[in-house]
Amino acid sequence: MSELKLMKGNEALAEAAIRAGVDAYFGYPITPQSEVIEYLMTERPEDRTGMVVLQAESEIAAINMVYGAASTGKKVLTSSSSPGISLKLEGISYLAGAELPAVIVNVVRGGPGLGTIQPSQADYFQSVKGGGHGDYKLYVLAPASVQEMADFVEDAFDIAFKYRAPVLILSDGLIGQMMEKVFLKDQQERLTDEEVIKRHDSWAVTGKTNRERNIITSLDLQSEKMEARVRRLMKKYEQMEKEDLRYEEYQTEDAEYLFVAYGSSARIAQKAVQLARAKGIKAGLLRPITLFPYPKQVLFDLADQVKGILSVELNAGQMVEDVRLSVEHKVPVEHFGRTGGIIHTPEEVLEALELKIINNECIRHH
Amino acid sequence: MNVLDIIKPENQVFCKSKLMTDNTLSYCPGCGHGTAHNLTMEVIDEMGISEDTIGVAPVGCSVLAYDFMNIDITQAAHGRAPAVATAIARTWPEKYVFTYQGDGDLAAIGTAETIHACNRGENIVIIFVNNGIYGMTGGQMAPTTLEGMKSSTSPYGREIESMGSPLKMTELVANLPGVHYVTRQAVHTHKHARKAKKAIKKAFENTRLKKGLSFIEIVSNCNSGWKMTPLESNIWMEENMFPYFPLGDIKVNGVLK
Repeated sequence: MSELKLMKGNEALAEAAIRAGVDAYFGYPITPQSEVIEYLMTERPEDRTGMVVLQAESEIAAINMVYGAASTGKKVLTSSSSPGISLKLEGISYLAGAELPAVIVNVVRGGPGLGTIQPSQADYFQSVKGGGHGDYKLYVLAPASVQEMADFVEDAFDIAFKYRAPVLILSDGLIGQMMEKVFLKDQQERLTDEEVIKRHDSWAVTGKTNRERNIITSLDLQSEKMEARVRRLMKKYEQMEKEDLRYEEYQTEDAEYLFVAYGSSARIAQKAVQLARAKGIKAGLLRPITLFPYPKQVLFDLADQVKGILSVELNAGQMVEDVRLSVEHKVPVEHFGRTGGIIHTPEEVLEALELKIINNECIRHH
Repeated sequence: MNVLDIIKPENQVFCKSKLMTDNTLSYCPGCGHGTAHNLTMEVIDEMGISEDTIGVAPVGCSVLAYDFMNIDITQAAHGRAPAVATAIARTWPEKYVFTYQGDGDLAAIGTAETIHACNRGENIVIIFVNNGIYGMTGGQMAPTTLEGMKSSTSPYGREIESMGSPLKMTELVANLPGVHYVTRQAVHTHKHARKAKKAIKKAFENTRLKKGLSFIEIVSNCNSGWKMTPLESNIWMEENMFPYFPLGDIKVNGVLK
């Protein structure tokens, strides 16, 4: 039994966190994601499930609170938006290095700097190319609807605990702020302290009982040990690529032209596919749901079928680099996207396909 | 009497706590960290709370505290231990949570986390070892470096006009209503160590009673960083550090002294 509600993406994520049995949320207000903590404070999840909610003094404190609770095996969540995520990156690097499970949400706004409070997808590089210091990656989920804002909370925690690694939900101001209907799952019980200890006693710091002491750290002063740690991380990322890649194809079976887009851009590109088909242009869409791992092989294979690819992103051209890497120059790959908080229309996207891919193809052929 | 006749368990006054590991301390000979570690572990052992205690190690000389303290420890990013401890105490309210931090960690990069954990009155213990210098990175100026004191980044001595005054974090946090107990101790003599241990015990008792935050500053030496022998550094500490950072209770049971 699930409950149908009309909610903002940020609110749906917050409600889903309570229902997923999350133990704690630590955050700091920033537009356009403040509804997450506002919703949680209003809902009093401490009364509903015993979930802890705390407004930290900064994004830095919040991510380190996440580090603390995650050290003990608890399910812990934080959310922020672009400038705040920049502040959290030190802590995210520590979470990755110390191999701690946690979920971080970025409701992206335009940048660089203080930028704008309007939607953007300009944090792609930051999300999938490291962001913080050192050899690490984040498992990155990109929701494209309010429903996925809710569903991905549980999915993200499953991955975080499967790999003992931080997971990023990369949303944007559009998905966070817009209202849609959403099916909410039933309440899951939070684990009791005893269950947490039983499940994570091999590594979590919950008090040394009749076992070796558990230590959480990202520090290895001996180079050989540090290299072994990095190799262990790389192994996890390889396993993620093999077992936990997610993507969605839309009208690609007979597609001659392909849009690649994630999150809110995928919603717009999906409409552009329909507009293209109405004009007789056989367009299709590949939507990466995970940005790491990335659907490299899918793109490589699709490149044998299509004549050209347009990467549609609300930024100046970031994911397009991964699309190009994936297709290995088999077909032309171009980028289209508005920035500064402007959201491109399906018509603009179709026009860009015609201008940058289809017409260019005519020029190439003559 | 033969010396071996004297070395018997029943004659032993001081020994290594059972909660200290056999790993060789990474601290310089003469440094106060070893004693501060040992006293903390003795208190936890005597109170019988080791199974319910979670420590938070800092970045600095005591980053490797988890190598020496035989309890569960998580090691925080530089300065963030009070935030890390906050979350542990909030999600495990029946546990004993303490941070062990140096002056660079607590009073410079972690100022915000320290002030706000104190202001919220988190039910944790903060053990703050102040030796007036960045030890691990090789003797740079700390927020607590005294006026005129030389360090590798104040090679002509700390000038107040351009570098500010040494920061009295302990007096600062004592003024916050959420803080229950604030004291400044030392560990360089047996007498001081005994007093410090009492203070640490009181702090963990406060956690048991859910009284809020206890803050213990331990004024200590850094003979390597100060470029002195251990003995010289202890004398220098008494003559120079103690007048600026006077020992004793500052706030007891939520009341300023």
